[in-house]
Amino acid sequence: MTKSTLSNIFALPQANLEVEPPTRRAVLKIAGAGLVLGFAPLHALSTTPEAGTAAALKPNPFLVISSDNTVTVIIKHLDKGQGAATGLATLVAEELDADWAQIRTGFAPSDPVKYANSAFGVQGVGGSTGLANSYLQYREAGAAARAMLIASAAKLWGVPATELRVEKGFINGASGKGATFGELAALAAKESVPAKVTLKDPKNFIYIGKSFPRVDSKAKSTGTAKFTIDHQFEGMLVATIARPPRFGATVKSFDASAAEKIKDVVKVLQVPQGIALLANNTWAAIKGREELKVIWDDSKAEKRDTAAMLAEYKQLLDKPGAAARKDGDVDAAFKTAAKTIEADFEFPYLAHAPMEPMDCVIRYDGSSAEIWTGSQLQTVDHGAACRVLGLKPEAVQLHTVWAGGSFGRRAIADAHYVVEACDIAKAYGKPVPIKVIWTREDDIKGGYYRPIYAHRLVAALDAKGNLAGWHHRIVGQSIAAGTPFEAMIVKNGIDGTSVEGAANLPYAVPNMNVELHTVQAGVPVLWWRSVGSTHNAHATEHMMDILAKEAGIDPVEFRLSHLKDKPRHVAVLKLAAEKSGWGIPLPPNTFRGVAVHESFSSYVAQVAEVELKDDGSFKVTRVVCAIDCGLAVNPDVVAAQMEGGIGYGLGAGLKGAITLKGGAVEQSNFDGYEVLRMSEMPKIEVHIVPSSAPPTGVGEPGTPVILPAVANALFAGTGVRTLQLPMNKQKYKSAV
Amino acid sequence: MAITLTVNGTAQTFEGDPEMPLLWVLRDQFHMTGTKFGCGAGLCGACTVLFAGSPQRACQVTAKDAAGKEITTIEGLSGKVAEAVHKAWIAHDVVQCGYCQPGQVVSATALLTANAKPSDADIDAAMDGNICRCSTYHRIRTAIHTAAKTLEG
Repeated sequence: MTKSTLSNIFALPQANLEVEPPTRRAVLKIAGAGLVLGFAPLHALSTTPEAGTAAALKPNPFLVISSDNTVTVIIKHLDKGQGAATGLATLVAEELDADWAQIRTGFAPSDPVKYANSAFGVQGVGGSTGLANSYLQYREAGAAARAMLIASAAKLWGVPATELRVEKGFINGASGKGATFGELAALAAKESVPAKVTLKDPKNFIYIGKSFPRVDSKAKSTGTAKFTIDHQFEGMLVATIARPPRFGATVKSFDASAAEKIKDVVKVLQVPQGIALLANNTWAAIKGREELKVIWDDSKAEKRDTAAMLAEYKQLLDKPGAAARKDGDVDAAFKTAAKTIEADFEFPYLAHAPMEPMDCVIRYDGSSAEIWTGSQLQTVDHGAACRVLGLKPEAVQLHTVWAGGSFGRRAIADAHYVVEACDIAKAYGKPVPIKVIWTREDDIKGGYYRPIYAHRLVAALDAKGNLAGWHHRIVGQSIAAGTPFEAMIVKNGIDGTSVEGAANLPYAVPNMNVELHTVQAGVPVLWWRSVGSTHNAHATEHMMDILAKEAGIDPVEFRLSHLKDKPRHVAVLKLAAEKSGWGIPLPPNTFRGVAVHESFSSYVAQVAEVELKDDGSFKVTRVVCAIDCGLAVNPDVVAAQMEGGIGYGLGAGLKGAITLKGGAVEQSNFDGYEVLRMSEMPKIEVHIVPSSAPPTGVGEPGTPVILPAVANALFAGTGVRTLQLPMNKQKYKSAV
Repeated sequence: MAITLTVNGTAQTFEGDPEMPLLWVLRDQFHMTGTKFGCGAGLCGACTVLFAGSPQRACQVTAKDAAGKEITTIEGLSGKVAEAVHKAWIAHDVVQCGYCQPGQVVSATALLTANAKPSDADIDAAMDGNICRCSTYHRIRTAIHTAAKTLEG
């Protein structure tokens, strides 16, 4: 994949698009309220630049130093909890030698060039690339500002620049001279931006690799952080959409008469997504929708049960699929094997269920539009809005705001939650702000799930207990097919996201086939935190424990003996084993399980401790996690992402499943689609492998490892294999 | 018919649908958006507020039933316990996406007000109704213990 391919795929506004940098007023607002760019208070939509812009130092698109001595770091990526704002701010603060207390953050406007993710070539974040692609860029941005501040101070005081020292946001000169960044900002702005900067030697880092408090803790724990749903404007309407109960159905006819009688319901409109209802407040928008009578045309809808879909997938497990990896001669290996072990796995649809259901705010007046949303792929969302509204890129302003979670849900190739807001605004035709909200029911029933997968794994052991053959067949929907990402992700009929974590199995096996059947279904699917690894890590790592047992070898030893030239896998595996007390006896009915997996270029091993109850239920009590993510820019954020990733994966593994009956989703809220709760959260210890390698992802890699680690602990305790997910489908009791 | 609600010590009048859940009265009518919508069914705790110190799901109480109650929202949360909770939340950098956190902070404040030294089991019981999809549970538990220690003096 190349950047230019991606730009072409998205048919993006090209480089001549100039998006204005944030105005000083916007920056000051951020500084004052700790809020995001684009925040406009109730009763005030338009923002006008204020005087005083000249007082600010804006050496590049990534930071602004104001005369009030604040440093505002412009965050090019959505922060949905993963800590993008804190991480990018840390990079700037480090090279600037700023005091962390003077750091503010604001989200960048949509700009596919200035704010591109260098891993994608367009603006957006995903695949745990946020920090990695910004690591040098944001450091260089901070270093450039620092050089300009020093140059201006040197001129002001008539001393050589080399005599000046910068410490915690203060420039110290010889003979008692000194100034804050804010005092020098206006002068420094007159300096030319250095073409080349020298970055710090990592041994001199003051923040990177150490600690840097989150920039959003206070606003988020006091309820002042502003999410999409919190945007309110004078005259704003709230919209809900009655969507078809079956995916692919369309409106045949509708009767809005009862809904229109509800007080505060303003308008009912047909839109491509279904029937939209606009009201003066959220309650009327929710209640009014219940009164809509819609007849749906199900002729093109998906009408199968998930059980039937899975049965079809399982039939394909008997047939060869497209080759994702082919080493040696698997058939020959199985003929001479001492032992052959087979296991079939089934994985359900999973909803992301972020705490903030999908939402989008739009103001459209026929010739321009402003959009506020937790946009994860800004370039895609912005481009989609321009297309639907028929506006030029410069006429559409996209404001990225804090998102109440995503886990992949807000990184949407079809930009559907922006598109529907545009469709409603266009259909309504009045220049009032409209907030489109999804209820939790809309979210759970709304599709864009982690696909259902069926797996078959057959492995051969030789007489010494070495892996001699490995045959892995996977069946499931393609996430990328039919999206603008297809050309980039699908190669030779293989959707890379379907086989990631399987085709790159780290273990040395001389004969290996990995095959894929891509099936069609009418249910929209999407990447879900750690994507292909969500199922491939479980199938492969659970299989490794099944094989270790057959070989009569300790699971850690068994893995180590097959990890050739995989030093980073080995290091995290050994670290997790050591810190967990692997091999040290546990209390009765408590068992350990281990798993190791690479995803998004980071390496994670986990040891889970599980306490078995007499009734076949269990509790995960402790998880020891080791990660190698290259240099850990903020070790505490890395730990938080591991904790969160473990909880997210554990909840889904224990009880997550979306099922369809006759095409209709059977779950609707957190009662039917259960998620992890406080009482189920294990104690977690995170150990980070010291590294000076470039930073890699942390948002996703913690998630896929927990499920096999827990399954392996249960397997150690009971001999019961975890082949059908979620785990609450079976009891874990020893057959003995 | 106007309904008078006492929110954070201030009486405010609401003239809309008396069946409107308190959640939407607070958010849409009084413009207090700290209380979050997560499920609308009393299943997630994102909309937790206090009625005379006791936690309530604002999505499950109608405006009419909230009349006459002493309502405290995240915006009005104050006092020694709330302060200790906020401090602990910041010290441990509990938040990730942050959307559920106003509800978590309100629930934790109610817990510590009623039980100055909660055990892990007490925390499980009091906080199980507050979902966090970022799974910050681990740090919420630690922060509650820290806040309890602070209050112990």
